[in-house]
Order: sequence, then C-alpha cells, then structure tokens
Amino acid sequence: MAVTARTTVMNNVEAVRHTLHQALTNDPNTLILGEDVGARGNVFLITKGFLEEFGAARVIDTPLAEACIVGVAVGMAMEGLRPIAEIQFADFIYPAFNQIVGEAAKTRYRSNGDYTCPLVIRTPYGGGVRGALSHSVSIEALFYHVPGLKIAAPSFPADIKGLLTAAIEDPDPVLFLEHKKTYRSVKGEVPDGRYVVPLGKADVKREGEQLSVVSYGLYVHQALDAAARLAEEGISAEVIDLRSIRPMDRTTILQSVRKTHKLLIIHEDHKFGGIGAEIAAMVAEEALFELDAPIRRLCGPDVPAMGYAQTLENAFMISTERMADAMREMVRF
Amino acid sequence: MLLQRQLDNRGFQLNRQGKIPFALGSEGHEAAQTGAATALIRGKDILVPYYRDLGLCLGFGFPPSGVFNSMFARAQDGSGGRQFPNHYSDKAIGLFSVSSIIAAHCTHAVGAAFAFVYRGQTGRAVLCSTGEGATSEGEWHEAVNFAAVRKLPIVFFVENNQYAISTPQAAQMAIADVADKAPGYGIPGIACDGFDPITVYAAMKEALDRARCGGGPSIVEAKVYRFLSHSTDDDDRTYRSPQEVRDRRKCDPVPRFERVLLQAGIINDEELDALKADVLRETNEATDASESLPMPEAGELYGNVYEGAHEPWR
Amino acid sequence: MPTTVVTMPQLGETVTEGTISLWLKKPGDAVEKYEPFVEIATDKVSAELPSPVSGTMRELVAQVGQTVLVGAPIAIIDDGAATTSVPTATQPSDIEGNDARRFSPAVRRLAREHRVDPRTLHGSGAQGRVTANDVVAAAQPKHAPEFADGQTIALTQARRLIAQRMVESKHTIPHAWTMTEIDVTDVWKLRAREKDAFERTHGVKLTLLPFFIRAVAAALTRFPLMNALFTESGIRLNQDVNISVVVGLDGNLLLPVIRNADKLRVAELALATAALAEKARNGTLKADDLAGGTCTVNNTGAYGSVLSAPIIPLKQTAVVTMEAVIKRPIVRGDDDGIAVRSMMNACLSLDHRIVDGIIACSFLADIKASLETADPAGFP
Repeated sequence: MAVTARTTVMNNVEAVRHTLHQALTNDPNTLILGEDVGARGNVFLITKGFLEEFGAARVIDTPLAEACIVGVAVGMAMEGLRPIAEIQFADFIYPAFNQIVGEAAKTRYRSNGDYTCPLVIRTPYGGGVRGALSHSVSIEALFYHVPGLKIAAPSFPADIKGLLTAAIEDPDPVLFLEHKKTYRSVKGEVPDGRYVVPLGKADVKREGEQLSVVSYGLYVHQALDAAARLAEEGISAEVIDLRSIRPMDRTTILQSVRKTHKLLIIHEDHKFGGIGAEIAAMVAEEALFELDAPIRRLCGPDVPAMGYAQTLENAFMISTERMADAMREMVRF
Repeated sequence: MLLQRQLDNRGFQLNRQGKIPFALGSEGHEAAQTGAATALIRGKDILVPYYRDLGLCLGFGFPPSGVFNSMFARAQDGSGGRQFPNHYSDKAIGLFSVSSIIAAHCTHAVGAAFAFVYRGQTGRAVLCSTGEGATSEGEWHEAVNFAAVRKLPIVFFVENNQYAISTPQAAQMAIADVADKAPGYGIPGIACDGFDPITVYAAMKEALDRARCGGGPSIVEAKVYRFLSHSTDDDDRTYRSPQEVRDRRKCDPVPRFERVLLQAGIINDEELDALKADVLRETNEATDASESLPMPEAGELYGNVYEGAHEPWR
Repeated sequence: MPTTVVTMPQLGETVTEGTISLWLKKPGDAVEKYEPFVEIATDKVSAELPSPVSGTMRELVAQVGQTVLVGAPIAIIDDGAATTSVPTATQPSDIEGNDARRFSPAVRRLAREHRVDPRTLHGSGAQGRVTANDVVAAAQPKHAPEFADGQTIALTQARRLIAQRMVESKHTIPHAWTMTEIDVTDVWKLRAREKDAFERTHGVKLTLLPFFIRAVAAALTRFPLMNALFTESGIRLNQDVNISVVVGLDGNLLLPVIRNADKLRVAELALATAALAEKARNGTLKADDLAGGTCTVNNTGAYGSVLSAPIIPLKQTAVVTMEAVIKRPIVRGDDDGIAVRSMMNACLSLDHRIVDGIIACSFLADIKASLETADPAGFP
C-alpha cells in the first residue's frame, strides 16, 4: 500500500470524489464527461467544484444520450485521451450497450493492438434505497461475459480509491461499479497519496475455517456482520470481497475452498445467470474433491425489477439474518 | 477512381474464383469518395469511414496491399485477419478502426474531434463517413448533436446511394435531402452531385476548412447510386428492377470523368490506356503479393485482448 | 442365490459378546471360504474371523465399535462367486435410501487418502452426515490410548503396515534366539571420560550405541552369513554392511539405515545415528534412508530392557539388541574374585534357515570381544 502512513477517514462517495480529483490533478489527459457532472457536480455531488477547478473543457455536461457519452469517450480514448465517462445510474446504461460491448471492448482486439481504448465508465448501481425499477439494478452479469472489458465493484473506501486509480490508469476499458447504498453508509480509512489496488485481486476481509463466503458490493458488509454474529456462536466463516468481477480472482476463491470445503456465494443480482453461476461452475471444475457440501448461491430473485413498496424491496434484498441462517446451515451440514 | 473500380472488380473476381468468401463493392461511389479524399490533409486529418469507403481510404493513403490483406484475411492485415473485409484501419495514417455496426463509429469520430480541441490543435478535422441509412440511427443523431453543441472540427459525409441494402431512401426518411437535417442541429448542410468529383471536392474542402478553423461541424451529402447489390450476399433483383440500374448506369461517374478529362485535353487516349494498364498491373501485383502471405495462426487467438498477458479461464 | 447370515461366534468359554474392530470386506467384495472378513475384539482376545463360505459380501450388519451378542448376525454373504467387478474406491451407489449415507467428494477423497471407510463412521453433520472432518478425525492416531470399556482405536496406515510385516516375518522366518553378556566397564569409563570433549568437537552426545554399532558392523564383515538373506534360489550375500537402526516414534517404528557402517568410525556412526533420528522425528526421512538395510541394531537398553526377543525385519537375517548397562557383581580373574562390573547383554534373533548356533554364538562372541576393551577400535 502507500508509503505514507497517513490516512483519512472517508465514506465511499468521498473516496470516489477524492480519487477523481487526484486523477484530474495528476494527469492532464484525464477528463470527466456525463450528464450533470459539471454545474450540478453530479447527482451525488461527487464532482462538486470540479467544473470551477478544472474547467469546462475537462468536466463536460453532455446531452442526454448514453450511447453518445460512451461512444464519444471511446473516440477520445482511441485518439489518446483518458476519458472517465459517467452513466448517471446503471439502469440507464442499456442504450450504451453496443458502445461498451461491441466497440470499447473490441477496439484493441479488432485492430490487433493498433488502436486501444483506455476508458473508464463509472456508474452507481444496486438497490435498497427505494429506487424501484430504474434506480436499483445490478448490471454486472450483462457485461462480465465480455472479453476485452474489465469490471470492478469495490465495497470499501480504501478499495474504491485503489481500484478507481487502477481503472483510470488501465490501458483497457473498465466498467467501475459503485453501490449507491454504500455511498454514505460505509466509512473507512483511506491512505493519502497515490496507490493502486490491482484489478483482478479479491481480498479476504475476514478469515475463517468452516465456510467460504464470496460476495461483492453492499452484501460484503452484511456478510461480515453475519459472520461476526456467528463467531459468537462458535462458527468460523471466511468472507471474501471479490472487488473485481473481471478479471476475477479465482486463486483466492480456490485457496479458501480448499481450506473450508464449503462455498456460499452471496450477491444482490438475480441468481439465474448471475456471476455466482460462473464461480460455482469454476469451483466445481477445479476443486470438486474439496467440496464437503453442495455449493450454494444466495442471490436476488428472478424478477424483472425491485419494487418501490418497502415490502417488495425487502423481498428482493437479502437481510443479514438470511445470510447468517444460510451460513449457519452450511457450516452445520 | 480507376484504382478503386479495379480493386473492387478484383474482389468480385476472387470471390467467383472461390478464393474469398465475401466481397462488397462501391461502384457508383468513386467520384464522391475520390473528390472527398482529395480535400483531406494526410497526416493531419482523421478519417472514420464505413465499409463502402474503399476510395476514401485509398485517397487517404491506404495502400492496395492493405485492401487485399483484408480480403484474404492475412496475418499482416491491420486487424490481424480478425475483421470482416472492407474494415481498413491504420493508426499511423489516422484511419480509424471501426466495427460493422451502422453509425456506431460516429460518436468515435466526434470523440476524436473533441481531442483535437482539447489539445488546442487547429488545422485538423475529422471526416466521418456513412450512407444515408445510417442517418436513421439514433447514434448518428447523437453524434451530430454533440458535435454541433460543442462546435467540434468534424464533417459528417453522407454518401446517399439511394439504398440501404434493400431499403430505398423513401422508406428511410421523409425528406429528399439528408442535408436538410442539418439546420435541425444548427449546422450547415449541403447536397451535391456525387457523380462529379470536382463538385464533391469543392463542397468537402469548404466543410473541412470550416471545421479546421473552429467553424464547427457540417453535413455534406453526395448524391450517388449503388450500381451493385449490397454485397456478394445480396441479390438486388429482389427489390429493384434491372431496368432502373441500367438507366442509372448511364451516369456512371468513372467513364463520365474520363470523358471530362479527355474533352478538357488534360489527358489523351494513350495516356488513359496507360493509366488503366498501370492500375491493372498494380492490382495484379498487390493481389499476388497478398495471396502469398500467411494467415494468422491459431496461437494468436488470445493476443491483444488486453494489454499484456490475458489469463482466460480455460 | 443362497445367502449365508454370519453370526458372532463364541471366542472363548465365558465370552458372551464381541465388538467389531474392523471390517476387512465391504459390500460387493469377493470373499473366499476361510478368508478373514472381520476383526473382532472380546475382553479376552482380538481375532480375525474366517468366512464360512465363498461368495460376495452383501451386507455388513454390525458397525465398527458395535458390541454384538454371541449368535447375533454380523454379516450377510451371497454364496457363489462375485458377479460384478469390485470397485476399488468406496462406492456408495449400491447403498440406497438414507441421505446421510451419501458422501461428498471431499469425504470420498479424504477417505481414500487416509484409508478410512466412511461407512463405518458416525456422522457429525446434519442428519448424521459423515463430514470431511469426521474422516480426518478418524484418521488421526490417538496418543497414549485410554481405554474405556469396549472402546476401539481405529488403525492408522502405519500401524496396519507394522502389523502386516510383523506377522509376515514371524510366519516366514524361523526365528532362533541367543544372547551373550558383555563386560563394558572399560568402554563405559572411556565414554564417561571422553564425552564432553566429544560433544564439543562433534556436536552430538556420545553414548555406547556407536561403539556397539561399530562392533556389530565389524563382526558382520567377519561373519557374512549374518549379513545375508535367505531366498529360494540361494543365500544372497550382501557386499555392503548397512545397519538399520530402530527408531521408535509415537505410534510408528522406523528403521533408517547407516550405509557402509563397517567403514565408519565411532564418531561418524554417532553423527549418522543422530542425523537419522532427527530426520525421523521431523518426518523428513526419504525412501533412500530406509532402504538397503542388511542387519538391524536395536537399542532396547535405552528403555531399561535387559533381555529382548525381537522380530527380525523382513529382508534381513538378524537383529541384535543392545540391552541396558547394569552394574552387577561378577566373578573375575584367576582367583575367582568378585568385582562390581558394568554388564550389558546383547541379544540376537536370527534366521535359523541360514544361521546355526555356532555362527550365531561366534558372532556374538566377536562383538563381545570388540567391546571388552579399554581401547576399542575406531575411537576416537
């Protein structure tokens, strides 16, 4: 990590802001573009003051056109700039799907390395904030399938800074997912100065012996709470924060499963076709004879959206109690 | 123009010989593309073409060898044999790599133009080329709109050849001239005779110069006609009459410009014949040279997915 | 197909019940008449039961650890030859019903690695499921066994192997035995005088053992039949004198080899012995360290023994023990005076197919002579 021991306590949204500020200060090729990022300073105030500090050439309020935001960013990146594009909510990213999957992800490959696309697309995702159909979605399953793309989904402020810095400096396109419910609710120590958390590395946030729990986003925090509660019952669960969806750190996952022999994957996104399916298949392929229980996935329901009514949202989101129950059950299996 | 026509024909010949699975021709576009290309400044401007822009690319400095490497999918092709043919690219000359998704390249062109302004560079422009069908895509609209709002140094070139595969212009839009969309964005638009290279050159030069000195974007529409089917996978007899094609052939820009040059005394018959012979020679040499080059190897499959080594889950 | 229900036999007059110690067959295995199929323990004796019929083991009625009354059924055997091929790994596919009897991939793997039969285990998992931990726990050797009434310790792989070899040795080598007394007073004093300097110089303690090994090795060069091996095609003489030294560890018996011991001086033998003992303790002995022994020395005296009748290790002809050094009153000299001397017995188990009394006793006499001196060869 950083050479300096100095840290600052900040929440996740502050960590994003701090990192973007650092990037724009250090690299004149970086710029930010998106809807309402300039004068408004972003709908979560992430870029508040940036327009005044860095100027209208570097903090661009775009027209309301997601495909255009990403497409223009692709062109900028191909021509040598380092654009950081924002999609205001992950729910609005679909019009830009081709630009991300068909263009950005393929630029290097289809030109055999002649053209590259060092682009970051940041977007807030996830539910539990009464956001309903269009402010709650998880999108990682739609994109992690795509070679040529990278995807990060950190949960802690120190990881956010490290991974966002890595993403901005990465020579390839990175989709940077920020769970909006953790923006203000998660606080932590963040080292000062520039440092990088490499893409493709998970982090064991809590060591344990009897069960491997793999998660990302908001649910890492809940899983850690559940594990702490279970420790009082004498149950020892290991919690792995994936941090990176693509590339995904299979070494850390397998190492953990070889120790505990049981795997529980928890994610907010729908179970069917969610990234837990890929993890489960990989572990079954690589470590079948380490498994002392079926791999279990505790995931979002297979419904098109998270409802607005509190009861419907609660039915979609997974409570810490449910996580603890699943963990307990698996340990006792 | 002659080279474009010759290379085009060679593609179809190779296809009918069974040597390449696909060919896509640009007959009818020669004058428009050559005229436009002549207005570009090599080494300064950037060209973001679409798949029918053989002439634009040749005129911008892309060599016939590259054309055949693309047709034969050789390892030395700019895309390493990965792209469908007709997707020429070369960063060294400012020829952007594009996909086959219609109008997806337009915002890229806008982004490149933005980069010129961002870096404070004047005297440079981006030419973004499409057919008239592409202007129905939302992304074409988004690109033009963004360029107009930011007053970026870009020209949107629309080669209106009347057909988007089988869709005639009347089914594509409710207007007769694509250029009439321009005022809707607050930018200039001009429609011109795409069969006359000089006219197109003049219109394009004005538009590019405007862009180069901060005058912002414009739309240049060149009226042409697509004499051939969309590609070797298309049969135009299913949607237009051979009579219509024959009638439009009478205005074929290549022989027409030959006559113009002969009549103006700029060239004589012998010189014209020699030129054609030279074009044929160049085409033959390039064909043979490319055909003897190796294909990309299976071992190159995982190259250039990301920078550096890729660790796929196998 | 006729079946035979095998019942608990009466293994002794007053015995009323028996406990299953170990199943030697599992369902699907072929069984020959008289072939041992289970190990039973009673409070009097432990025994393998021979099968009453030839056929295929169908069902194990009693579980390991279960105590069964004499006459109660313990197994069911289908008479006749096995009709299906016997799978080598534990295959629960023929076990129906009960979910708790399915084994996870980890359980199967660990069971294979540790040679534990998971079907004989009590499952601590949900609904009686046998867990990976259950298998690993079952594979652990228990230290200093504390017997509760009827409790049985599962056999480790090591114990099983030792048992097998002991039995084979006793069954195939006709053991004979002899011993001699050695007056080690002078060597013992020499050792006491020199031990500090020796330890300073060589970094290991000086005991009587390297002197003994040296004497044995020298004797082996003079009595090559003691260093030989009986085979059906002839008595194979060994060129090299490689002494196996017995090292007893928790639950295990290891015989690392000092190669060409006859060419080593006392100090070198001391160092070699210490090094091998260290490796044995650390579990770092390699196959090479354990191979090629031609004769064995066992320092039984270290535990206070004065007499031993050891079992000859397979592929050897003799094992010599060094018993404890005891001060005893001895008749000495022409005048039949009584003196207190340090006396040490050396016992010898030998393969009576090759070695007879003359050779054996002369061999021991040679060792005795080497050690009854104040100036033993090869020292310092």
